[in-house]
Parts: sequence; C-alpha cells; structure tokens
Amino acid sequence: MLHELTSDQDMLRDTTARFLSDRVPLSKLRKDRDDPAGFSAAYWADGAQLGWTSLLVGEDDGGGSVSGNGAVDLSLIAYEFGKHAAPGPLVDCNVVASALSNQMGAGQNGELQRAVLQDLLTGAGIATSCLGAAPWLPDSGATITIRKNGDDVVIDGSVRPVESGMQAGHFLVTGRSEGGMTQVLVPSSTPGLTIKPLKAIDVTRRFARVDFASVRAPASALIGAFGGAGAQVSRQIQNAAVMLSAESVGAMDAAFDMTVDWAFNRYTFGRALASYQALKHRFADMKSWLEASHAVSDAAAEAVGGQTALAAETASAAKSYIGEQGVELAQDCVQLHGGIGVTYEHDLHFFLRRVTLDRLLYGTPAEHRRMIAAMQINQEQAA
Amino acid sequence: MSEDMESVEDFRARARTWIKANLGPMLGWDMSQHCENDEEENKAVARDRALQRKLYDGGFAGICFPKEYGGLGLTPDHNRAFNEELAGHEYPSRLSVPTFSPCASTLLEWATPEQKAMHLPAILKGDEVWVQLLSEPGGGSDVAGISTGAVRAKDSGANGDWILNGSKVWTSRAWWADWGLILVRTNWDVPKHQGMSVFIMPLQQPGVEIHRIERLNGESEACQEFFTDVRIPDSDRLGEVDAGWTIGQRWMYHERLGHNSPYVTHPIGLKQAGPLEPSTVAIARKAGRLGDPAAHELIGEHRALGIVTQQLQRRIAAAAGKGNTDLSSVDRLFRGVASARRSTIAFELAGSGASVWDEDEENATEAVGMNFLMRQVGSIGGGTTEISRNVVAERVLGMPREPSGDKGVAFRDVQRGPKRG
Repeated sequence: MLHELTSDQDMLRDTTARFLSDRVPLSKLRKDRDDPAGFSAAYWADGAQLGWTSLLVGEDDGGGSVSGNGAVDLSLIAYEFGKHAAPGPLVDCNVVASALSNQMGAGQNGELQRAVLQDLLTGAGIATSCLGAAPWLPDSGATITIRKNGDDVVIDGSVRPVESGMQAGHFLVTGRSEGGMTQVLVPSSTPGLTIKPLKAIDVTRRFARVDFASVRAPASALIGAFGGAGAQVSRQIQNAAVMLSAESVGAMDAAFDMTVDWAFNRYTFGRALASYQALKHRFADMKSWLEASHAVSDAAAEAVGGQTALAAETASAAKSYIGEQGVELAQDCVQLHGGIGVTYEHDLHFFLRRVTLDRLLYGTPAEHRRMIAAMQINQEQAA
Repeated sequence: MSEDMESVEDFRARARTWIKANLGPMLGWDMSQHCENDEEENKAVARDRALQRKLYDGGFAGICFPKEYGGLGLTPDHNRAFNEELAGHEYPSRLSVPTFSPCASTLLEWATPEQKAMHLPAILKGDEVWVQLLSEPGGGSDVAGISTGAVRAKDSGANGDWILNGSKVWTSRAWWADWGLILVRTNWDVPKHQGMSVFIMPLQQPGVEIHRIERLNGESEACQEFFTDVRIPDSDRLGEVDAGWTIGQRWMYHERLGHNSPYVTHPIGLKQAGPLEPSTVAIARKAGRLGDPAAHELIGEHRALGIVTQQLQRRIAAAAGKGNTDLSSVDRLFRGVASARRSTIAFELAGSGASVWDEDEENATEAVGMNFLMRQVGSIGGGTTEISRNVVAERVLGMPREPSGDKGVAFRDVQRGPKRG
C-alpha cells in the first residue's frame, strides 16, 4: 500500500477496513463456508454505498474517484479485501462497471447497459465476467465463440471459473469472433445459458461454470464493436490485475504479520523462533518480497489509472511477480507455523487460499510474462 | 541563499552553453568504464583528468564546494541542474566515485583547513585521484573488525609520525590513483569501534605495494594494497585519534550516496547509450528461441523483475525521505537476489551459446556466460545479502540480534581465528 495517502483516501480505506472487520470477521467466514453465495445481499449493498463499485465509473454515469485516480483508490479497497479475506465479487463487478461506463462515454449504451450499471453502483445487482478468450491465448485456445446471425449475435462454448456465477444477474461474455474478440452483455436468465456451481479452493468466494448453447443476444447488447473488443479486454485485464495484486498484497501482509507474531511467541529449545538465524533470514527474504509487492502493486495502480504508456507492462509485472511471490510467501508462512498452519481452525489458510486464487484469475504469472515478452519484442522490432 | 547568488536557472543556462561549446559527446567507456587493456585505461584516465581540469578552468568544477577551496559555493540544486545539462556529454566519469564521493566529501566534513587547502583544489583540478581503503582480507562485512594498524613511530614524540602496517583489499582502480583515505586500528585495548583512526596517504610511495586482483572473468580493476612500515605524518591524520568510527560512519554514508551526492558531477536523466548487456530479446533471437513460449516466459520474468526492482527502489527512497533508512537493507537484499535471477534467465535463454563468444562481437566481460559466472558479485559487493538479511530481521523486524564474540571486548582479545591446541 502507498506510503502516503490523502486524508480522503485514508478515510475510504479505513471505512472499508472497519466495515469488513465488523461484518465479515474470519469467525463468520469460517462458518459460512457452505453458504451458497458466501455473503448476504445486504453486505454487498452496504459495501457498494462505501464506494466499492463506483471508483472506476465516470462521474456522469453516477460514479467517481476520490483522488482523481480511480484505480489507485480501488486498490486501497482491494488491499483491505485481501487483508480481511473478504467475500464478494469486487474484481468482477468493477471490471464490468468500468467496461459499461467506458461505453457510455462512447455514446453506445442502451437501456440494458444503463440498468446493469445502475444496479452495480447501488449493489442491488451483480454482473461478472465470462472470459472465454484472452490476449495470452491463441485463437484456438478461446473457449467461447461469438458469431453474427441476422441482427443478433450467437454465443457458444463454456467458461470456468466464473466468479459468483450463481448470484450474477448478468454476464459480460468475452469470446472469439471472426476478426478479433467480441464482448456482449447477457442476462443470466437467457435461454440456452446454464450455470453450474463449482467447488473452489477459496472458502469465502464462489465460482461456477457457465455454458452457452447457441445463446442469442441482440446487437444492442454488444460492448464495443463486433470483433473489435481486443483493446477494451486488455484494459479490463489491467484493471483486474491492479485489484488482484493489491488484494494479494493485503493477504500477504496479514499472513506475514501473523507469522512474525508467531515467531516471537513460539518458543522451542528454550528460545523464541525469532532468535534463530536460519529463520530470521527467511523472514528477511519474505519482507523483501512483501515490500517489492507493495511497490509494484502501487506502481501498477498508478500507471493503469493514469493510462500511462507503461500501464500494460507494469500491470503484468505486478500480476506475475505478486502471483508467484505471494504464494511463495504464504506457503513459507505455513511452513514456519508447522502443523497448525495446515489446520482449518487456524486463520492462515484464508490468506493462502486468497493469494493462490488471485494468482490464477485474469492470467497466471506465465501468461502475463508472455504478454510482457510480446511487448518487449514489439518494442525492439519497432526500434 | 545569499542575495547575490546566481539563480539556478541562470546557472543552468550558462552551464548549457558552456557544455555544448566545450564538451564532446559521451563515449562508451564513460558509462561502462570498461577498457580493453591497461594502455587504453591509462589513456582514459589521462582524458578524465584533462576533462576535470577543463571543468575547473571553465568555472564548473566543485559546484557545491566552498569558494575558498576552489569551488563555486553553490547549492545542490545548482549541481543537479549542471548534471541534468551534462546528459549525453563526456565527463570525468572515473573521478566521480570514489574521488568526489566519498573521499572529497569526507575531507570536507573532517579535514583541517590546511588539509583542505592542500587537497580540495588539487582534486577539483584533476591533479589528485583518490580511493577509499576500507575492506581487509580478514573480513568484508565486519567493517569495524579491521586489523591494519598504525602506531606512533618510536623515534617521534606525542605529535609525531605514525607507522602503518597491514593490508587493504577490493580497492577499485588503486593502481592508477594518487591518494587514499584509510581506516586503521590505533588502539587494541578498547572494543573494536572505539580504537580506530582515519588517515590520508599517497599511494605511490615506498612501503606500499599494490597488487591487481584478477577476477574470474579476466578483468583486474580491483586491487589489494600491502603496507610495510609506511610512515605517515601526524598532519595527515583526519579527526581525533581513535575517533575513526565516527568519521567512518559518515564516510560510508557518502559512499552509499555515491553518484547521487551533491558533490559529484555525473549526468542525470541519461538513457544508457549502449547497454552493457544485450537484451533478453536479442539473446533469445540469437539462440533461435524467439518463437518458443518458454523463452517468452523468461523474457517477461526478466523484464518484470527489472520493473519490480525499480519500483522497490522508488518506494524505499520515499521511506528514507521520511526518516526510515533501515529499509535500505531490504533494497540491497532484493537487488542482490533479483540480479542473480536475471543473470540466470539470460544464461537460460542463451542455451549452449552461452559457453562461447566471438571476440569480434563481444568482449569477455559482456558475454552472457561470463556474466553468469560472475552472477554472485551482485549479492556480495557492498555488503553481502547474508548481512542484509540480518539487518532486515534485526532492525526492520525487531528480531533478537545474533550473538557476537567482540561486544565489549578489547579488540586485542577478540578471537580472530580458530583456537589452537
């Protein structure tokens, strides 16, 4: 997290931190593991009032940032989500809200889009992303195809994992079309669309598989041009990378602090764990990963929010570095706890789950590294 | 700022005009400081001395040095403006570090007016090149555990000469330097931090033998100096007797500042003209692996680590600006580990091609395979990553300190080798 926050930013962060401690303490999350949604509608609606879904949305559309850089503001919320292992589709709702708001700016949105965005902003509705094609995948790797049929588009294929798939009223579907990627917004009740809940490694968040069997949507439901959504998809992935990175840093902080406490309080052979040089050195390594993760996460938020020339590269650097090192840190925390670290009773697993899941969503470290390489190769060929 | 001091912008404009009229373009060896052989290096040094003289004669040497010692008496902002204007031009790169920082900076803080008058103008004119004599063969990271010693000459009185014996090591480019700043032990009957003093000494004199240390990549810039009964007048002592650690800590502060010191002339905002190392994309292309997704993952990881390293430095500099300087050990640790990983990635990408190089295309110290062999240098030089791990654990995380065998013990009684018998 940033060293220096404005007082408005700190209030935004602190309000969410206190809200999460109050509404979703780990004791509650531990009990809610079989709850179908993982959170109540009231929790989500109250959180939306704190600004959770409005920071990437333009002021004309009913949103607004605190500092002028919505991605930085949102990264503070995401950080607290990680630190509290909080439930709810923060990343996806913001990705969809931002995509819809950008379309409004382009004067392209119809009634459906306006209604969905309004519900996202108030927290009354949930819309999540079905990423059936991605920039790191070859065309043949897409799991969703979208084709034109008269005035409609037709969606076929399947996506997993889709966050809060059972709770979502709408999906922003990304698929491969002739000429490039296409995005379309569809209600979850559309005929031909089926949703199956899946088991997931995180106990606080819910995922589903969504199948599309010739699902039809009107051309008015397109987000961006047919076959021309590549740039906006990349932008959505950058936003997601910023949130997931910040969230992982929050989870890393929680796991690390817990483990440092443990090292001071756990005695063995008559001395604290914190007095063993072999362990001190591992804590030092972890501290360096943690500070580095904070640094690159903040830089990514700044660059993506400011839409600088380095936004894509910095976002992928954050997502890949934190994706890898966050998991290493959490696993090391487990190791330093010993047997208690793998019990359900202990709190540590919430954060291990969180960083592991975050690593896998919206591009793995390997996938983001390949994207960085593609940028590097293009740059050198251009030079 | 006094009323009659030239404004930074006026100074900048004047500097720009002078630089454009008097300094040629930057050369490859200015940044890399790499020379093919000693003959070429001697030429480079002579050129750097001449460039320093040119700065002096042009009225741009020692921007932050007091006027009475030949400087301009201006502010760090003036120096920064000059350095920004200097980007892309030739400059006396071999004199910036360590001659100006830490050596001249330490003299400014601790030398007597006579010592300053003797050396600072000579430094500003390029007549004296300095090195720092700090590390010893007996131990690198334990800086205060030095055993090179100086005692008063038997034939002289209370303010008489000193006789120096011992050895210093890892002194870059001492073989062509003129003067040295040296930390020595002057009292063996007190704990280690309380018995050191600082002297200044000419390097090219009887009793000083300078050996070149050839490193495994064939380069031999680092030196080891052997001192045998070297006589040092008391007037070449810096500060009080046995107060060496107080000076030493400021000295090491100036060392850490390095090129960022306000006393150093060094271009700012310079994009490295010709990078020392080939890019990972170039390495992969040469190895025929540009279509290989596994190679792409390595290229991406290399670049990502570079970005993370840079951002961490930025974060820690911001923390230091607010008074938290212990975090610099986190930066040092991270850089060491990240540079080793990046070197390994380049090596992996090169494949079997890393085993050889064509002398017409690359020189030995730039070849990927040789860089890999030298990989650990980044985790050793300037304090090992092991020491920085101790510092992070103890000062940043507050964990218990490692037991030490020299705390509160007269240095004479500190064990410095295995017990015998």
